[in-house]
Amino acid sequence: MPETTTISRAEDGLDRLEQTSGDRPRIGRAGLRILAAPLPAIGAVAVMVGVWQLVFSLELQPPSVLPSPAEVAETAVDLARDGSLVEALWVSGSRAVVGFALSVFVGTLLGLALARVRLLRAALGPLVTALLAMPAVAWVPAAIIAFGFTDAAIYSVVLVGAVPSVANGLVAGVDTIPPLLHRAGQVLGARGWTMVRHVLLPAALPGYIAGVRQAWAFAWRSLMAAELIASSPQLGVGVGQLLQQGRTLFDMPRVIVAMGLVLLIGLVVELGVFGPLERRVLRLRGMALR
Amino acid sequence: MSGDDAATGAEPGAVNLNHPGVEPAIVRLDSVTHEYGGAGRRVVALQDLDLAVGRGELLCLLGASGCGKSTMLNLIAGLEDPTRGAVTRPESGAALMFQDSALFPWLDVTTNVELALRLRGVPRRERQQEARRLLALVRLEDAAKRRVHELSGGMRQRAALARALAQNTEVLLMDEPFAALDAITRDLLHLELLDLWRELGRTIVFVTHNVREAVALGQRVLLLSSRPGRVIGEWHTADVEGHGAQAAGIAADITAALRRELERHA
Repeated sequence: MPETTTISRAEDGLDRLEQTSGDRPRIGRAGLRILAAPLPAIGAVAVMVGVWQLVFSLELQPPSVLPSPAEVAETAVDLARDGSLVEALWVSGSRAVVGFALSVFVGTLLGLALARVRLLRAALGPLVTALLAMPAVAWVPAAIIAFGFTDAAIYSVVLVGAVPSVANGLVAGVDTIPPLLHRAGQVLGARGWTMVRHVLLPAALPGYIAGVRQAWAFAWRSLMAAELIASSPQLGVGVGQLLQQGRTLFDMPRVIVAMGLVLLIGLVVELGVFGPLERRVLRLRGMALR
Repeated sequence: MSGDDAATGAEPGAVNLNHPGVEPAIVRLDSVTHEYGGAGRRVVALQDLDLAVGRGELLCLLGASGCGKSTMLNLIAGLEDPTRGAVTRPESGAALMFQDSALFPWLDVTTNVELALRLRGVPRRERQQEARRLLALVRLEDAAKRRVHELSGGMRQRAALARALAQNTEVLLMDEPFAALDAITRDLLHLELLDLWRELGRTIVFVTHNVREAVALGQRVLLLSSRPGRVIGEWHTADVEGHGAQAAGIAADITAALRRELERHA
């Protein structure tokens, strides 16, 4: 008995010595970090606006081609006042959310099937990768012919744009699972669905999230391409259509406002949603650098 | 100093050890042959292997690379079936521990153990309490909420041990579980494993490359030949604990037999 006590005390001492400082970051600090994350990006935008103002002041181009930042800001305020900015945000935003959610759902099922069924992987794997390399805008004419000027046409373009990213991310995530974890699951009695649910999916999560994150960017781009080409009164005025209007009216400030909006939404979702999500998942597994 | 009555070493291939082991056996391999690969690239991992593991025994399997130790554990654990021969497995199955803890990095220590309980079908409300009991057994109560990457190597293996115990199998298979640990940690874990073995009465099959480890832990040590793997020596080491000289003698004996086996491949 005294012998055992000595062993356990020695081991406790060793545990203490070998402990990596496992203190979780406190909420306050994590919150600060999330707030601080966009600061460098905001700084870069400020510098760009400064350069823009400088070039404008040099009068290298007529104002119709290169309007001043102030004029563009004025246009933005006008568009915000008459409600068209909010409408564009709502139309495009809701489409993006629905299309992205659909893509994640379909892409996850497809990815699981590709990861688990070897024949399907051999048959469809290269095709999915090829889709990934194809600009979604190439699908727009086909989608319009097939579905007309409807939301269905737009969603179909978003889906072909984003689904391959989700599927490929999940497949990559499953492929990079250490075989030992799979074996450990087997030893613990995980089979079939319980293996998928308790081992494969959680182990594949980092790759999956990287895929979902890329899918968001692709969904947003595809949506803009679709809205830009499929401009029609039935479809409402999304950000893409706003851009198209600006082109038709030869209204550069309007074009720049719409472009800024496209950029801003991509940035906000990236910095506000997917960046922190990915970091959190990696940090919990001890895989993050920060 | 060869420990005459305690050890029955053997020349490689000179002795046919039919079912070395203690009755009643809980695990039996009867003339098991196991081969990998298809035609042309056939590898014989095990050939005509006979092995019996007594109920409650702590058996150490010792051998150089290519002796089919891991194959043997896979067969016993039921992860593979032998090409020829019969394997008698314990009814409750066998838990298996690896050199790497193979804990799931997305779960903390407690939920790793609870997952094993869940996959065994333990009802939700009992899991928490049972997990706490098992973690107390390996004295990881303080680390219960920690993630795998926040643990030292020794703590990881203790957590893996708690998870293996959560499977509640009569037999625990350990595949070089302490090989990657530093010597200080390993010595402590040896003592702790022996304590747990005495306390719980499980059957343990412990695979190692390390002669001293085998002698220190095992009640019985089996030496395996390489390519193909078969039993070529048996030593009873249950009584040597605390008798350093005797243990050292047996270790020297085993080392000599192991060298002879390696020379055969030169």
